[in-house]
Amino acid sequence: MVKSVLAAAAVFLLLGAAAYASFFIAPTDAKQGLIYRILFLHVASAWTGLTAFFISFVANLLYVWRRQPRWDWLGVSAAEVGLAFTTVVLVTGPIWAHPVWGIWWTWSPRLTSTFVLWLLYVSFLLLRTLIEEPERRALLSALFGIFAFIDVPLVFGSIRWWRDQHPQPVVMGEPGSGLDPLMYKVLFFSWFAMLALMTLLIRQRFRVEAMRGDLETMQGEMEAA
Amino acid sequence: MSLLANTTVLLGKEIRTEYRSRELLTTTFVFILIVMFMFSITFQPTSDESRRIGPGLLWLAFLFAASLMLQHCFLREQHNDTLSALRLSVSDPFAILLAKLAANTLFLLLTELFLLPIFALMYNVPVVRVLHWLALAFFLGSLGISIAGTALSAISAQARMRELLLPVLMLPLLTPILIVSTEVTKSLLDRAPHVQWKGIGFLGVFDLIFLTALWLFGEYLLEE
Repeated sequence: MVKSVLAAAAVFLLLGAAAYASFFIAPTDAKQGLIYRILFLHVASAWTGLTAFFISFVANLLYVWRRQPRWDWLGVSAAEVGLAFTTVVLVTGPIWAHPVWGIWWTWSPRLTSTFVLWLLYVSFLLLRTLIEEPERRALLSALFGIFAFIDVPLVFGSIRWWRDQHPQPVVMGEPGSGLDPLMYKVLFFSWFAMLALMTLLIRQRFRVEAMRGDLETMQGEMEAA
Repeated sequence: MSLLANTTVLLGKEIRTEYRSRELLTTTFVFILIVMFMFSITFQPTSDESRRIGPGLLWLAFLFAASLMLQHCFLREQHNDTLSALRLSVSDPFAILLAKLAANTLFLLLTELFLLPIFALMYNVPVVRVLHWLALAFFLGSLGISIAGTALSAISAQARMRELLLPVLMLPLLTPILIVSTEVTKSLLDRAPHVQWKGIGFLGVFDLIFLTALWLFGEYLLEE
């Protein structure tokens, strides 16, 4: 308990430092002015969401291979946390887009891919609610999680090559795009803070899932007795 | 070799079952026809608009129809309690999935074959000149829908609300197929028709990746 509180306090300090760096240390953008600072939240959340989905994918693979409940618990915990971060991306995207592009939503490759990604993991969690038996639920949702994650690069590729309406990606984009070196540092620091938050959330969520798993086992035993 | 032999026998079974009732093909055909008519009457597209939005509407209709059609491929086995018998009768459970997906591709292609002339008439687009390329695009797109769809219908068949669940799982997963098949078809129906090799290649890669995934993980889908 004390450890959890300390870990949470450390994560919140880190997030505070990242927020401070985003507002006061990173230089103001020459073209976009202040609003671009949402990048540190938006992009860092996007990367963190993807990291969480990757963790979920690895956990799904491990579940199919080893059949230990803890991989199922990790799979669902990471997927839920990833979904939360992706929701942040989908909310901050339009907030950023409106003053800069003049519209709330554009079917730009990155927004569209993120939206499809979000839908895929909503379906993943929905599937889990619709299967009663714990082992079957774990196996089938792990398999869907694997298919969904394999689909992500295909979704991204198809949208980027056939549905591109700009703007050019700024990070890891074409030559000529890019950020100020200090902005990069702040961005990576924000990502680090978000990763810490992600780890904390997955850890707590994992515990809840483990307790639920134990409860389900006990209920099963009681019904059998 | 036994995989191929088993698959052929099971595919024969699927085709025989459908041939006896013909329920699936006729219902799917009528469903797509209705969807196409609804689209047409809602938007009343001109010839140029048809070229632009027609291919997308066509693929959306195929996708919706597939998400309904694929429900049955495992439910039938469940109702008759024949899945365990099937599993016992083949050495490699992948043969069951392979036969199902081959049958689904075949059924989907058959309905598309009947609907293409009606689409061409309704939406006023010429298709004869590019028929062989359209056949290739339809084959690769339908194969992709069937591979992913067969796997997902094995999942949804074991859940509650399965009729709604299958489209919910399937449609986002098949976004790449929808986008790319639409673009390939659109460039074929253009006033200056051309083949989009990049799109054809992408569809091939999609099919190959999901077929490999099905081969690797398929047997777990059929666990009881």
